[in-house]
Amino acid sequence: MRELPVRRRILADHLFKGIIVLLSFACILPMFFILFFIANKGVSVINWEFLTQLPKPVGEVGGGILNAILGTLILIAVATLLSVPIGVLAGIFLSEYKKGRLVYFVRLSIEILQGIPSIVIGIIAYVWIVVRVGSFSALSGGVALAMMMLPIIITAAEETLKLIPDSLREASLALGVSYPRTMLRVVLPAGLSGILTGILLSVARVAGETAPLLFTAFGSPFLNVNILKPVNTLPLMIFNYATSPYPEWHRLAWGASFVLIVFVLGVNLFTKLVTRRWKVQF
Amino acid sequence: MLEQDTKDISIELEYPMGMLKDSGTADFLTKVHARVKARWKSGFSESSFRKVLYAAGICMLVLLVAIFLSLVIAAFPAIRRFGLGFFSGTTWDPVKGEFGALPFAVGTLIVSFLALIISVFLSIPTSIFLGEYFKTGALSTFIKSVIELLAGIPSVIYGFCGLFLLVPAVRALEVELNVPPYGVGIFTSALVLSVMIIPYSAAIGREVIGLVPSDLKEAALSLGATRFEVIRKVILPYARSGIFAGILLSLGRALGETMAVTMVIGNSNILPMSIFSPGNSLASAIANEFTEATGHLYLASLIELGLVLFIVTTVINVLGKVIVRQMGVGG
Repeated sequence: MRELPVRRRILADHLFKGIIVLLSFACILPMFFILFFIANKGVSVINWEFLTQLPKPVGEVGGGILNAILGTLILIAVATLLSVPIGVLAGIFLSEYKKGRLVYFVRLSIEILQGIPSIVIGIIAYVWIVVRVGSFSALSGGVALAMMMLPIIITAAEETLKLIPDSLREASLALGVSYPRTMLRVVLPAGLSGILTGILLSVARVAGETAPLLFTAFGSPFLNVNILKPVNTLPLMIFNYATSPYPEWHRLAWGASFVLIVFVLGVNLFTKLVTRRWKVQF
Repeated sequence: MLEQDTKDISIELEYPMGMLKDSGTADFLTKVHARVKARWKSGFSESSFRKVLYAAGICMLVLLVAIFLSLVIAAFPAIRRFGLGFFSGTTWDPVKGEFGALPFAVGTLIVSFLALIISVFLSIPTSIFLGEYFKTGALSTFIKSVIELLAGIPSVIYGFCGLFLLVPAVRALEVELNVPPYGVGIFTSALVLSVMIIPYSAAIGREVIGLVPSDLKEAALSLGATRFEVIRKVILPYARSGIFAGILLSLGRALGETMAVTMVIGNSNILPMSIFSPGNSLASAIANEFTEATGHLYLASLIELGLVLFIVTTVINVLGKVIVRQMGVGG
């Protein structure tokens, strides 16, 4: 290799560091653009009526997003109810049995599940539920979201439970407590904060999902609490209104985006603080 | 123990069985109830608890297989009708019943790889920044958190902002360049997508760069290498396969991303001729047409697009995860 003068090498070093720092900051710029843009356009839309009224037909001023907020909550509730029990059990399974061919394949399938594009999950929920039931429904949307939550919850439960020291369970077993009781009453509560964090993160992740809901929850302009009927959700509403040609609907979409982003980022920040303070540690 | 429990409980039991008093049903019910209650009280036995755990684990395996099989079955009419010609057909015409996926496949590939190239220029410097220059400290924590939040923003919001911020900008650029000023199109979606996938490759890149043994770096530094030379000659070669895996995983994300792409790609079923022309990706075609699909074959063809997406992303993800695991990083 040809020797370069030291001065040039030092210059290159400084230059490189400068470029790295510059590009790293360029990386976080979009985040601020998006936040600023949404806040700028969204905040002015938000008022009490916006949060408590139903959307109005095209041409009328005003209207709110109550149906979408309610629909989002219903879908999250359905998805959480479906995914948490089996997710936590599968998490215990993976933390308890670390070796073996079956465990390897189970772990692999969870990783694959995590990578499935959300639109494909939507197709599955459509084929499994919408076709059988015969109509779009909140239930089918909830099933789709549950499938997306499962891998996150399982991974969180597994990682947390692995951190619980063996001495804890050995103490419980030595006192004559049965194995299932030890797992459910001693080990699981010890890792509760980690599991709850995983559940919250998965909720934050699916709350903004649109693709799997396009042909499952479908959307509806009415207030609906029946889980066998279509419901509207915030992301669906944003998508439909943003791609519509009406400025009034765009305004509603900005407001809905603001509500959604506050919810999603709020849950994310909350879980971060929670994990820092109540970390599972021994 | 169990027997004991059962007896105790059946004595305690008080059934409202006035109307059932003389029949054998009451007896039977009492027994069943007692058993269930005893079972509940003593908890599951160890073996049945283990069975439940195994069932939950196997459920995931079954779920995956069921997803794959359902896709294949639902797409079967299209698979039988078009065979491999599905991937080379350039016309997608629901009216005539002709379905060729080439425009979507090409659209997906161009958008994803363009996005990948753009995002690599941002994510690798960020990995170096976080993994080498500023490993700890307030600045590092700040940038790390912002990038993590970037992954948390819903894709529909990326699409919305892209539609109102980026599309006018790209349209102005297209006027400058003298190409048809659609605004929406492949280039715009690639830009939006490139921002969305930064967090995935940056996170893994940071970890593998942080894992480079310090004695290697110190050896190079003690020989008089500058930091830049250490990064170029020691760190990057050492972390190469891990960085590659991160890029692969973000490619998996990019291929399957639906909403943001759907909103800014322009939805044209014609084979894209330049990076500024509108197009469609596999995912955006499904999102746009699925609810309007009339007819068995149309729906099956759309589901076959989903099947292709599923297989491709699965292969890429598994490959990425295998490499990451070999590097010894928690992906």
